[in-house]
Amino acid sequence: MTDQNTSLSPLDLETPEKPFLDANELVINMGPQHPATHGVLRVILRLDGEKVMGLECVIGYLHRGVEKIGENRTYTMFNPYVDRMDYVAAVSNGLGYCETVEKLLGVEAPPRAQYIRVILTELNRMASHQLWLGTHALDIGAITPLFYTFRDREEILKIFEKYCGARLTTHAFRIGGLQYEAYEGFEKDVRNFVSFVAPKIDEYEELLTTNRIWLERTKGVGIISGKDCIALGVTGPVLRASGVKWDLRKAQPYANYKNFDFDIPIGQCGDTYDRYLVRMAEFRQSLRIIQQAVDGIPEGPIMAKVPKVIKPPVGEVYHSIEAPKGELGYFIVSDGSTQPYRLRVRPPSFVNLQALDQMCRGQLVADVIAVIGTLDIVLGEVDR
Amino acid sequence: MIAKLKSAYGSGIEPLTYLGQNYMVVDRSLIPEILQVLRNEEEFDYCVDLTAAHYPKREKQFDVIWVLYSFARNERIRVKTLITESETLPTSVSIWPTTNWLEREVFDMFGIKFDGHPDMKRILLPDGWKGHPLRKDYGILQQDNEWVQINLGIESGQ
Repeated sequence: MTDQNTSLSPLDLETPEKPFLDANELVINMGPQHPATHGVLRVILRLDGEKVMGLECVIGYLHRGVEKIGENRTYTMFNPYVDRMDYVAAVSNGLGYCETVEKLLGVEAPPRAQYIRVILTELNRMASHQLWLGTHALDIGAITPLFYTFRDREEILKIFEKYCGARLTTHAFRIGGLQYEAYEGFEKDVRNFVSFVAPKIDEYEELLTTNRIWLERTKGVGIISGKDCIALGVTGPVLRASGVKWDLRKAQPYANYKNFDFDIPIGQCGDTYDRYLVRMAEFRQSLRIIQQAVDGIPEGPIMAKVPKVIKPPVGEVYHSIEAPKGELGYFIVSDGSTQPYRLRVRPPSFVNLQALDQMCRGQLVADVIAVIGTLDIVLGEVDR
Repeated sequence: MIAKLKSAYGSGIEPLTYLGQNYMVVDRSLIPEILQVLRNEEEFDYCVDLTAAHYPKREKQFDVIWVLYSFARNERIRVKTLITESETLPTSVSIWPTTNWLEREVFDMFGIKFDGHPDMKRILLPDGWKGHPLRKDYGILQQDNEWVQINLGIESGQ
């Protein structure tokens, strides 16, 4: 259906031999306001008829200067800002930040806090993937999955709301553990959710996995090989769908993921359909982790001994977690005062978006929409 | 591995470790070579991040840091180099294509140019913006009022 008529390596793509404007080429702007670009993303397409010769992404429309703000807030004050970057999966951002600062301070959250953190993070992963599935299917033209996934996502958001008061930007974790104890009935709610959602995932699969239109639109679209993924720094489900079996939860475990038993789903050829299958499998693996965690929550304190005024010693640390979108990393330089000296966020969507050019060469315009959807980018994270 | 590099490059490299994370401070002159060696021989095939920090009171004001990861070894390492304000660095796009946008962001936020980069222009801020926000001498509420007035037609962004 699509032919990859490019023999250029990823490095050659950056230096075109011909000038940008060519008489046979049409330059079209897929502007910042567009229903299918998942936020304010501008893509400049060079087209030959309907085929994409090359594209350039212009980002920065949602740049809020979060890293500069980080240098002017204390460590605890910065915690709520972190949720606003990847606003779809806010709990993971908080986990990454809190763990990095805990590493700087040399404290570890107590076991009960870690179990609850894992439960909330995996629920958050499911919510993020559900939103991804709904919007990705909507871009391609299937409207029903959107309603199904958003309805089921409501159950997760209800649990978040009962736990910490907010549905989307949760600010769930604190440096050193948790602030709120798991509410009365938390475990019952989570268990009910697990049994409620397992048949729903089968419903989503029934709608799409063997659907002929879905297969035509996603098989062979946006292929990227494992080697190119590693060279371009792409992580997360995109990397796993290209065949590289790597997940930070297994490779560099954090937050007691060592105690849980789960698999890492991988794909074969790295096209959009494989990325869809990988994310569907991740749903099920998340359910496994949540089930094991809920069965094993220990009693105990939820907050470690952390000083009231957080002043880490001079030094720098880099820590990363497996967010639903990829490797989310925090690099914090501390100069011994109450405010970070430099706070860098390594956003997975920013680095994954670089691969868009390579994945779309030689494809049709409609495939560009499918690929943007399958990369699962959130502009809040790309621009910070 | 560190011992091998140290013996090859002597005083240009200083390996350190903090909180169990290894990093090395490398002389500016050794930079493209060390990165090539790390990629090709030591198999650090994934460049996780490239960032910088500004220390205005130091003589060498900028710290440029590469965070690298090796799939084969499951090991993460940081390479740090110190440069002055007017120095530029060679690009690592030919070593890891990831650094394309990462170098553009470092240029945008700090003003550090990378020689040989195919597309050295601003990425997050608009193209005509003056100033480099993440430097310490750029105020927290400061904006490029000239750009705002010309392009947005309002008095100021505040």
